[in-house]
Amino acid sequence: MNFKTIFKENPLPATMLLLCTLLVCTFLFLILGEIFSKGLSALSWSFIFDAPKNGMTEGGILPAIVGTLLLTLITTLASLPIGIACAIYLSEYAENNTTTQIIRAAIRNLAGVPSIIYGLFGLALFVQGLQLGTSILSAGLTLGLLSLPYIITTTEEALKTVPQSMREGALALGATQFETIRDIVLPASIPGIATGVILSLSRAAGETAPILFTGAAFYVTGLPGNLFQEFMALPYHLYMLTTQHQSIATVRPLAYGTAAVLILLVFMLNIVAFMIRNKFRNQLK
Amino acid sequence: MVQAALVKTKPIIEVSNLNLYFGEKQVLKNIQLDVPEKMVTALIGPSGCGKSTLLRTLNRLHDLSPDARITGKVTIDEQDIFHRNTLVNKLRKKVGMVFQKPNPFPKSIYDNVAYGLQINGFPKDKIPQMVEESLRKSYIFDEVKDKLHEPATRLSGGQQQRLCIARTIAVKPEIILMDEPCSALDPLSTLKIEELILELKNDYTIVIVTHNMQQAVRVSDFTAFMYLGELIEFDETHKIFNNPEKQLTENYIKGYFG
Repeated sequence: MNFKTIFKENPLPATMLLLCTLLVCTFLFLILGEIFSKGLSALSWSFIFDAPKNGMTEGGILPAIVGTLLLTLITTLASLPIGIACAIYLSEYAENNTTTQIIRAAIRNLAGVPSIIYGLFGLALFVQGLQLGTSILSAGLTLGLLSLPYIITTTEEALKTVPQSMREGALALGATQFETIRDIVLPASIPGIATGVILSLSRAAGETAPILFTGAAFYVTGLPGNLFQEFMALPYHLYMLTTQHQSIATVRPLAYGTAAVLILLVFMLNIVAFMIRNKFRNQLK
Repeated sequence: MVQAALVKTKPIIEVSNLNLYFGEKQVLKNIQLDVPEKMVTALIGPSGCGKSTLLRTLNRLHDLSPDARITGKVTIDEQDIFHRNTLVNKLRKKVGMVFQKPNPFPKSIYDNVAYGLQINGFPKDKIPQMVEESLRKSYIFDEVKDKLHEPATRLSGGQQQRLCIARTIAVKPEIILMDEPCSALDPLSTLKIEELILELKNDYTIVIVTHNMQQAVRVSDFTAFMYLGELIEFDETHKIFNNPEKQLTENYIKGYFG
């Protein structure tokens, strides 16, 4: 059925659904248009490769870009291995009984906890409890905790899409359960895992609340040198420029520029996810 | 209830007093069966009679279902397969399985066959040769020799099933279990698989579940008829189909039910 016949046969529902879609797209483009039209004037090589100057009224946002990238890396290292291991356990090894149902429900609920709560928890556990101080390590671990429920849930869903007949095929050849998971189940579910993982990491990269108390700083000279330093991050920088700066009107273009860079960064992460997914899908087909 | 069959060759699989329950439901009831070596034994019976369940007991695939409970004894090569010292992966290497729906791994044609060899620790330098040998024995080599490194999922259903047979015989099992291996295939592919089965029985013991009674007649030496979880009759195939002892068997063969 093509577009025209669909409209002819179901005029009312088709029109309503189309209008809803257009409405969503309108808002999306309004947001993007607003940010890029006002931020484009601030974007330049020096904006990306320079440090802020003159109380952040001039210069670039390099420390914030590097801070966010490094933070995302720490988040990945902290959450990816544990998240995938946990999903494999729940999906492949654990019996499906009341206990695992409760664990699953708990993990899904964690995904709905507001991010500021993670911020406070990170402050209590990493900054004070483990004495890591307000640092990029504490902030990265906090974001790791935030990402875990998403990574576990999406990985488990991806593992579930691998047909049981694949597992039985490998087991019937004499593979152990571990070999079956390592050689057959995981490779077959990489597209789904990669998509879920990168989406949750790009979401974490844009979070402000969890790093607010755990390590993000308004201004630091230079780039983060070790894991125990405070750091600048794009979302927090944006928040500061928009609400806390002494001359908000002057730095408005810089704020829009920062927003544009953050969006582009997240966009690039999503493109990477897309490429990984396609690469593995084509291999499997 | 179940008469001992007149098996002249040595039985390789001996099933005695086998009961299997899924939760409260009893699916296999007191099964006695001696499967002769290097012969084709067919399991027939109406849907839900437990023939696939019995087949999957022989390589312990029920280990995957937490609610399956088994009593009784199954020995293969005089070794108790449920004994706690029996390594299940070693058992499954010895007792290969071909499934109802072709299930090639999402890997290349070559890797599909090589995988079993790798995990079972066959010497690395022998693997390419063994892969080719298995593909030839399964009569699929000529069709795939120019695309060994293409994904196996691009093959037709019949080719995929022969690839799955190649993958199974590559690891040098003694027994091959086949769970309705032709039910998802067209008549021509079915014919090819049946010819392959007749070829393979020179080297392997084959137990095949089939819904197709003509197929049982064409490929098998012995036939076991099952009904509602019980093994009703087990004998040479021509006897079962021409002169069965039990009325129930005769009714099924003649198509009165099932």
